[in-house]
Amino acid sequence: MAELINLLLLGMLAVTALGVVFLKDLFAVVMLFGIYSFLSALIFVNLDAVDVAFTEAAVGAGISTVLMLGTLSLTGRQEKMSGHKTLLPLLVVVTTGAALIYGTLDMPPFGNPENPVHQHVALRYIQDSPQEIGLPNMVTSVLASYRGFDTLGETAVVFAAAIGVLSLLGLPKQDRAAIESGLESHLVLKVVAKIIIPLIILFALYVQFHGDYGPGGGFQAGVIAAAAIILYALVFGLPLATQVVQPGLLKALAALGVLLYAGTGVASFFLGGNFLDYNVLAADPVAGQHLGIILIELGVGITVFAAMLSIFYAFASKAERKNIQ
Amino acid sequence: MILETISNILLIVGAFFALTGAYGLFKFPDFFTRVHAASVTDSIATILLFLGLILRTDFDLVAVKLVFVLVFVLLTSPTASHALAKSARHGGVATLAESNNKDNTDG
Repeated sequence: MAELINLLLLGMLAVTALGVVFLKDLFAVVMLFGIYSFLSALIFVNLDAVDVAFTEAAVGAGISTVLMLGTLSLTGRQEKMSGHKTLLPLLVVVTTGAALIYGTLDMPPFGNPENPVHQHVALRYIQDSPQEIGLPNMVTSVLASYRGFDTLGETAVVFAAAIGVLSLLGLPKQDRAAIESGLESHLVLKVVAKIIIPLIILFALYVQFHGDYGPGGGFQAGVIAAAAIILYALVFGLPLATQVVQPGLLKALAALGVLLYAGTGVASFFLGGNFLDYNVLAADPVAGQHLGIILIELGVGITVFAAMLSIFYAFASKAERKNIQ
Repeated sequence: MILETISNILLIVGAFFALTGAYGLFKFPDFFTRVHAASVTDSIATILLFLGLILRTDFDLVAVKLVFVLVFVLLTSPTASHALAKSARHGGVATLAESNNKDNTDG
């Protein structure tokens, strides 16, 4: 049954991808990308990878759709016809694809417990992480402790992306008077937004601090919290949103998150352990692990929140300026 | 046992409504009737499916979470339909019978 659902979802994934390739209306393409992300999330759920599914749904279908729509409002929604020849790229793509498919022939069968990937470190994580880390959610143990270096790198990538976008587009200034929003008459939207925005922020905090025990963690929580403010900006207008969460604060927060993460590593350094070795943070190694994981997840959450929101601010303020001119 | 039967019935009826919504989305003639098909069946299908799922839990934390999700979807889904219809109207999409447009926009 699960295999059948997987096949169905993968088929729908392929159809969506083809739609993305052939459609010329970029607005529809962005929507299809959202559907694509949701389908991937469903496949991940079906594979029992709830954490990944959560991230895919929040980041792929949520934030990146909004960011792409922000880009579309700057670039226009029709795909430009390109004058390039399509034969050579097609040849390259087909050859690469064929080589990749040929490569998969050598791979061990899908889902077999004897596969090398299940015999190496995964076995150790499953056997030892309850004693070493003591978290019910093993994914968080791997992500935040065993693979703490990788996650630090990911957080730095998010931070670097925010820096890149901001140096290209720039943040809006916060001291502008509130101008009329195009959604001024949307009473229903305003009422519902006022009801659900606090709930979304509460949920983000739950995801942030419940990540040790269930699916969730800093990445998802940061994106969800950013989505709450983005919803506020969409309904009540960007100027009001920049007064609630100020762009200058976001710049500081984005750096603060990475600093908190790396600082935890440096602290464990000075307490006599290795970089990001949380055992030394408290008297008891397991308590130290808990403390370290909470700290670095908080750092991840803060950076992701600030980075996503400042990228949205940058796009939205450009679009607003373009509309006014 | 009785709960399971009721749950089964609710789930099947809910799935039926979801299917009719999808069918209406393809078959109805213009934008507003399509939004109507999607949204009305969306809400009733959501209620039925979630009730069916709640009856299958042990009425513990999972049931509470399902109720939360149900309330959230019931708040957001009609709002999304409303925003969709309103912005379509704002963007100048004409209804099938233009004389009826006042009835359609305030839903």
